[in-house]
Amino acid sequence: MWEKKPVLLLVLATGAILVGTIITMVLPFAWVNTDADRIEGVKPYTALQQEGRDLYIREGCNNCHSQTVRPLVSDVLRYGEYSKSGEFVYDRPFLWGSKRTGPDLARLGGKYPDAWHYKHMESPRSMVPKTNMPDYGWLAKNQIDPLMIQRKMEVLGFPFTAEEIKALEGKTEMDAMVAYMQKLGADIPWRDTAKTEIVGELKNPYAGVDHDTMEAWESLYEENCAACHGEHMEGVIGPGLVGADYDEEVLFETIYTGIADGGMPSFSSLGTDKVWKLVNFIKYYHQEEGH
Amino acid sequence: MEKQTYNYAIVRSFVTWSVIWGLVAVLVGVIVSFQMIDPDLNFPPYLTFGRLRPIHTNAGIYGWGVGVIFATFFYIVQRLCKVPLWSAKLATFQLWFFNATIIASAVTLLLGFTTSKEYHEMEWPIDVMIIILWVAFAINIIMTILKRKDEQMYISLWYMMAAIIGVAILFVVNSAAMPVSLFKSYSAYAGTNDANVHWWFGHNAVAMALTAPPLAMFYYFLPKSTGVPIYSHRLSIIAFWSLIFMYLWTGAHHLLWTPVPDWIQTLAMAFSVMLIAPSWGSVFNGYLSMKGQWHQMRENYLVKFLILGITFYGLQTLQGPMQAIRTFSAFIHYTDWVPAHIHMGTMGWVSMIAFASIYFLIPRIYDREVYSIPLANLQFWLILVGQLIWSISLWVAGVLQAGMWNAMNADGSLTYTFMETMVEMYPYWWARAFGGLIYLAGLIIFIYNLYMTVKKGQPTATQSVAMEGRA
Repeated sequence: MWEKKPVLLLVLATGAILVGTIITMVLPFAWVNTDADRIEGVKPYTALQQEGRDLYIREGCNNCHSQTVRPLVSDVLRYGEYSKSGEFVYDRPFLWGSKRTGPDLARLGGKYPDAWHYKHMESPRSMVPKTNMPDYGWLAKNQIDPLMIQRKMEVLGFPFTAEEIKALEGKTEMDAMVAYMQKLGADIPWRDTAKTEIVGELKNPYAGVDHDTMEAWESLYEENCAACHGEHMEGVIGPGLVGADYDEEVLFETIYTGIADGGMPSFSSLGTDKVWKLVNFIKYYHQEEGH
Repeated sequence: MEKQTYNYAIVRSFVTWSVIWGLVAVLVGVIVSFQMIDPDLNFPPYLTFGRLRPIHTNAGIYGWGVGVIFATFFYIVQRLCKVPLWSAKLATFQLWFFNATIIASAVTLLLGFTTSKEYHEMEWPIDVMIIILWVAFAINIIMTILKRKDEQMYISLWYMMAAIIGVAILFVVNSAAMPVSLFKSYSAYAGTNDANVHWWFGHNAVAMALTAPPLAMFYYFLPKSTGVPIYSHRLSIIAFWSLIFMYLWTGAHHLLWTPVPDWIQTLAMAFSVMLIAPSWGSVFNGYLSMKGQWHQMRENYLVKFLILGITFYGLQTLQGPMQAIRTFSAFIHYTDWVPAHIHMGTMGWVSMIAFASIYFLIPRIYDREVYSIPLANLQFWLILVGQLIWSISLWVAGVLQAGMWNAMNADGSLTYTFMETMVEMYPYWWARAFGGLIYLAGLIIFIYNLYMTVKKGQPTATQSVAMEGRA
């Protein structure tokens, strides 16, 4: 019958389409972004952070970076605490992405110091030699527009002050982008809870290692440490390490757990063995060379 | 002659423009595939991967995909209803508004005006243009159907009408936004809600724009090309209704393991697996329609395109549900496996059907025999091989990278850093770019063949026109 009645077919087809639509798309509004998934401490974006977010959108960063950590062992080890619904209530649009050509960024905030981001945006390959990320140094040449940002904050209904808008004067797109990077996933204190407590006595498994063995560990240093501490440990963003007399235990703990609030990332995902190799390499490699 | 009364001019124009936008889509695709290999090929601010990739996807979906839908539907609806198009003026408006919309999309995306929502990146003024475009199209198709001379509506018309309604609902809901200026807006939905609404749109845009319309074409052009009817009318009824009912539940399979509520993910997973049935219903209806006609795979290049197309549809709708299962998604999601899957659908299924449809249309709308069948065959092999290299290399890459992401040492630490896994991708990205180049060569041959048909093709014998005059 419907095969002869186009209006009836249109009505029936609309009905068929609406059932799944209502149940899986409309109904969830009753649960999502309500008190049920609200998280204390999750704050709206500041004017500068929101502008950074809009630049992230403008440049299509979401085409290569996701922003949601899944509750899976490898995701949590690599990126940090898994993402929760309440952390995204101020995100318009959502930026979860669908492809990780580059790493996930949901927990990037506080991982590195600001200086790391400025240098990395300017020239990603100067820090990560084989990356395919394009340079974004040109963002530093563009000033942001405080009036436009104020208008955005009004549309979004986010709180802001006149001083905050005034302070945007003279800031560049790069400043906004870095401010946004540092906000990502940092509203919940997950770094404190995820921090590894080292218990018992630390024992260097490679005590007294010879120079030739250490040479094989150089690539480990180059891949993980050189970008900030320099190829020859001369110091770039992080301090120089040549001649710095850290205890083995202190070195291990620093590398393994990192330094809070963007001092230095934790390298616990490398595992204890590689971290001990780094400890020995940093402490003894250049000494043995007679530096 | 009856054919004088049909409006073929509009079909000719839409064929031409859809092919032009198809070329743009593939060309930009090849460019971004090389940008992924060498970052020095990015030229900021406009010509970067981040800004070009949405131009590639949207030119493919809205320029090529939707352009072919307009071209073929305007042809099919007139033939099946046995009346000329309801309004030639509205159709002409639609043609130029379509091109204006595609150009405006490309320009604004280059300038960085984007919502970031995949396959729906264009900002709100262009959303308004697309809605106007679709309404004009819907009115013309539905009015033509209402004044048809054949009471019974053929399968293709069902899919056509479902697609028109489906796309309209999806697009309008996902477009809702709060404008800040002419080129900046914020989504009306926030965070997890926005994600869920968006992938309800994203997945069903695939259903309503890239599945239902090619099925409408397949159900029309396969019997037309082979000369034998579709195997089972009943099977096509079951497949149609179950397909359009089940698709809308599955959007959240793009969001497995995200903060979207678990029950939505589970429903999406279940319905995705169930979708194999209606999808394969159409695949088998196609295969069984070939009973006693398989020799045409050697003799008729149209059949070759159509049957390979429906075969890729079958593979696509088996691989898709597999990826929609939580455990499999946990492994494969976010890797290069996913673009490989999408490109089997777009380069294999949708484009194969589109090429066949256009090859079928050309002699009828231009009264010219296709210039070269050997060239059409060469194109077929280039398209097929290019697409297989493209997809297979990235499936391997995806499995490799997923394996490396998940690899763990005995002490529970990760074996590889992210960069160690990324550098392993380069050889596969080279292979993918190479596959894309082969596909591009096939497309250029297609365009050359069409151009020569129009310029130098032999006039069609009256006999073939008469043959085609059958319902």
